[in-house]
Amino acid sequence: MNGFVTLDAVRKDWSPTVRVGPLALAIPRGEILALLGPSGSGKTTVLRLLAGFESPDAGRIELDGADVTAVPPADRRCGMVFQHYALFPHLDVGENIAFGLSRSARDARDRRVAAALELVDLTGFERRKVQELSGGQQQRVALARALAPEPRVLLLDEPLSNLDPTLRERTRRELRALIKRVGITTVFVTHEQEEAFDLGDRVAVLERGRLEQVGAAEELYERPASLFVAGFVGRANVVRGATARALGARDGQVLVVRPEWLRFADAGLPGTVRERRYSGATALYQVETEHGDRLEVLARPDATKVGERAYLTALRTLPFADPGR
Amino acid sequence: MTRRAAFTLLLAWLVLYPILIVVAEAARGDAITTFVSRPGEWGALWASVWISLASVVLAAALGIPLAFLFEWVEFPGRRQLGALVALPVVLPPFVGVIAFLFLYGESGFVARAVQGALGLARPPWRLQGAGAILLVHAYSMYVYFYVLTRAGLAQLDASLLEAAQALGAGRAATLRRITLPLLRPSLAGATLLVFLTALGSFSAPYVFGGGFRVMTTQIVATKLNGELPLAMVETVALALVALAGLAVLRRSEGDDVLTALGKGTAPRRRPIRRPGVRALATMAGWLFTLLLLLPHLTLVLVSLVPYGTWTTEALPPVLSVVNYARLFSEPARLEPLGNSLWMAAVSTLGAMLLALAAASLVGRRTPGRWRGPIESLVALPWALPGTVFAVALATTFSVHQPWALRFVLVGTVALLPLAYLARSLPITGRAILAGYRQLDPALGEAAASLGARPWSTFRRVTLPLLRPALAAGGSLAFVAALGDFVTSIVLYTYDNRPISIEIMSSLRVSELGIAAAFGVILMLVSAVVLGVGARR
Repeated sequence: MNGFVTLDAVRKDWSPTVRVGPLALAIPRGEILALLGPSGSGKTTVLRLLAGFESPDAGRIELDGADVTAVPPADRRCGMVFQHYALFPHLDVGENIAFGLSRSARDARDRRVAAALELVDLTGFERRKVQELSGGQQQRVALARALAPEPRVLLLDEPLSNLDPTLRERTRRELRALIKRVGITTVFVTHEQEEAFDLGDRVAVLERGRLEQVGAAEELYERPASLFVAGFVGRANVVRGATARALGARDGQVLVVRPEWLRFADAGLPGTVRERRYSGATALYQVETEHGDRLEVLARPDATKVGERAYLTALRTLPFADPGR
Repeated sequence: MTRRAAFTLLLAWLVLYPILIVVAEAARGDAITTFVSRPGEWGALWASVWISLASVVLAAALGIPLAFLFEWVEFPGRRQLGALVALPVVLPPFVGVIAFLFLYGESGFVARAVQGALGLARPPWRLQGAGAILLVHAYSMYVYFYVLTRAGLAQLDASLLEAAQALGAGRAATLRRITLPLLRPSLAGATLLVFLTALGSFSAPYVFGGGFRVMTTQIVATKLNGELPLAMVETVALALVALAGLAVLRRSEGDDVLTALGKGTAPRRRPIRRPGVRALATMAGWLFTLLLLLPHLTLVLVSLVPYGTWTTEALPPVLSVVNYARLFSEPARLEPLGNSLWMAAVSTLGAMLLALAAASLVGRRTPGRWRGPIESLVALPWALPGTVFAVALATTFSVHQPWALRFVLVGTVALLPLAYLARSLPITGRAILAGYRQLDPALGEAAASLGARPWSTFRRVTLPLLRPALAAGGSLAFVAALGDFVTSIVLYTYDNRPISIEIMSSLRVSELGIAAAFGVILMLVSAVVLGVGARR
């Protein structure tokens, strides 16, 4: 494997039944990688292994070609932004940012603090108390503090989860632009698919401590490697049995069908429209088949009405082996 | 792991080992038979128990209603009075006792006033025996109930009370079925605190007991008689009562349901509407506060009386600062103040360092193998009366057995500060461990990810953030050591005699003014230190 950051067969055993890994992952220089997964999937553990706060029970972690598996966090030069920012409450903004610069001379330090603040658009905030800042400002100070010592890797733990929803989308774009401007290799953790897609160059999907798939957003959506990825990333109908067979499945297969892959037609799988959720340009319909399955269909708002009989055809389906069999 | 083991051993040597030595020595010989066969011993033990229980009842009867009054009712002056009501804490036990002596003793102000008013030939009463001890205990210990009940009430969620009322419970039923059960942890905590404080109380029985003996005074008397083995048996008996009390009361404490439920908004204070009642409540409040402040004022007044100028008059005829002038002009007189200050400072610093070490070793939220032992050892001196500790240290450090980690410290100036340190450990330990556990672990990790090594993280992040906890624990420990009488009387030498011992000597030679002046100084230093410690 050759990446700027490499995980090689890394494993962390929390208990005999709870284990993260073994994981293999290579992150090229300058990439933004999202670690996506439900809670308890081990994504934060991977981040903490990279930062050095946890040590793996097996495997190797490489950074810029050097083995850092046994290097303590203080010597790893990984900048970290914590979920609740972990700004030092007894220090002001400038002192927080200067914390990791203690080895440089005073005036050089002041210049670097000012530059870091300018980077996050908080010029002149040096002497503010951290408690007086808004959530968004605190997040940017945490980012400036992590970037000021010029780390080799930037690690972000749920960077946007503490912001209110209206701020999140804008901050996401700003954050991505900033990271790309700095050009630093970045790994961040999130449980929101939209955030992972928007912010990451590639997305690594984790489930129960295992890496399910790593790839670009389109790849995960269009060509999911597993049933879990198919169901977790984007909306999906997961159909089994007679309904699946009617849509072309063989025995022992489960079909994943995205709502926009289903069409209302004059003939096909028969059912009744039970629900319609209108959202402007499209509407999401729920169709109950004769076998009692409910399928979501994305179509034009005037395609059909609740209570109507309907026939469905699938433009595309993704077959998987049925894990229940 | 080995660092934790070594630290556990150090703590055990300091606080547990001396106790075990006393137990071992007490079990040797026939002192136990002597103890069992003397009715006076059983009498003293029983007196200790019932005085402690009665102190709990009296302190609760005073402190709980006051807490409700100040937390639930709005009246003019509530805020100022609420702070003043806690003032007995700035009086160290022994100083409080002599203030009571000057105030309510047979030649005190009140007795003289009554005698003069009624034209009696002799003082109307003698302040002595169980009643006098209980009076002092009620005065100095109701504060525990007051402070803890108020804290509990402040945490109470008003919606719980409203829910009870909406379900048809009247005011009395709400109090009985909701408020009091929710206050149980606070009340149990205060009960435990008062019981253990009263059990270990020495100053009041020593000054006012007369022929009435409790175990603490009994131990010191026996030791002065030279019956050392018997004193050790008595010490063990007192320690056992304390531990039994702790075990019984701890069990009734239960879980802290209030914190389990999370924090709501406390009920709004109800203003008194009728002007007559409001004036009455205000007056009663001020009058009560004046009553609480009388000992402090008495001390100040007596400290201004020159030697030999006050004989039979109701109020002293001459007032001057001559006592203070003498204190500060004669270096030998001022020596005890210096002794107390350096011993309190050294012992507090030591107790803070040990507490910091305990916090950094077992302060993390994840439980570990050494957490239980270390926390118990830190808390142990709190449960044991000061006399027990003093006798244990005097016994352990009276022989030279380096292989058993016993050295001769009796007769040196080092033993008393060591005793202060051990007694301060629970105070600093509780504050600093609690403060440490409130720190966000992410802060330490943030420092590490920014390149700070463990020691640097400790110095630049942990220590500054612990400052309030250090100040709170340190100031309480300092004040306790500064005013200590009970361990001092067993362990002092001429070279390190502290203020409280000097006050006692001054009283013996009837230099009331000098004794009171020392008391005032002690009170002022305590107030200043506590004030600094409480600042955020």
